[in-house]
Amino acid sequence: MSDIILDSWEWYIAGPLLGAFVPILLLLGNKQFGISSSLLHFCSLILPENSKKILRYDPHENAWKLYFVIGIAIGAFIAVNFLSSDQIAFLPEKYYEFQGLIHLFAGGFLIGFGTRYADGCTSGHSIMGLSLLHWPSLKATLAFFAGGLTYTYLVLFFF
Amino acid sequence: MKIIYGICGVFFGIVLTKSEVISWFRIEKMFRFDEAHMYLTIGSAVVVGAISVWLLKKVQQKSPSAIQFNFAGKTETKGFVYGGFLFGIGWAITGACPGPIFSQIGAGEWPALFTFLGAVLGALFFSAVRDKLPQ
Repeated sequence: MSDIILDSWEWYIAGPLLGAFVPILLLLGNKQFGISSSLLHFCSLILPENSKKILRYDPHENAWKLYFVIGIAIGAFIAVNFLSSDQIAFLPEKYYEFQGLIHLFAGGFLIGFGTRYADGCTSGHSIMGLSLLHWPSLKATLAFFAGGLTYTYLVLFFF
Repeated sequence: MKIIYGICGVFFGIVLTKSEVISWFRIEKMFRFDEAHMYLTIGSAVVVGAISVWLLKKVQQKSPSAIQFNFAGKTETKGFVYGGFLFGIGWAITGACPGPIFSQIGAGEWPALFTFLGAVLGALFFSAVRDKLPQ
């Protein structure tokens, strides 16, 4: 028996729902959808007061992003515990080992560095930027894919 | 009032998780062109986003004094390509972009805490060396 909620959601349900956050955030508070800048919020929590200025980030202005990403984690918890019939793995087994954790840390570092350097990620460039038909965001999106493809095929080739 | 953004995040997190776009396996299938799921999900999100922006622009033209939506695009730098490429590598390694890091953690995949830690330190490192990078 298939179940529309408990099974995994098809793209034609999920994609439009994700895209709907563009107008929702504009209408709620004239906010542009974007997630990677929230990382700076965590940076500002760990930096001493006198060095926070290097972040060029205003934690008060952007506090909504912290609420948003904490909400994401809660939503995921709800999704796996109350809205799923089967338990599914999102990460391969290998990432539960020491070497895997190092890989995740390194990959995370590239995500943090890369998205700040690119001034956006899949949400800010690929969804928000492209929705605005802002063409530099298309360049960024193509660069995301170029990086991912390069890594994926290098790994396939060498291992 | 900020709690409303938390509630938005909850719904966003549910959709990310139920559509499995936070899955390392789905990301790998995307980069290997084994499955159209990711492309169709992101593509249809952009279509809905673009139509919404078009509609909001129409509304704004009708009553320009009432609403001024923030439609400003980001200022382009060389980082769009250089940084974007590095992020793409990180995406392929971890199976997560910034939003899904938080959903992987919420879904109970505790190793994603290492992705998160790396991402915060990566963003911090960028802030420290920003002025030395090509812009």
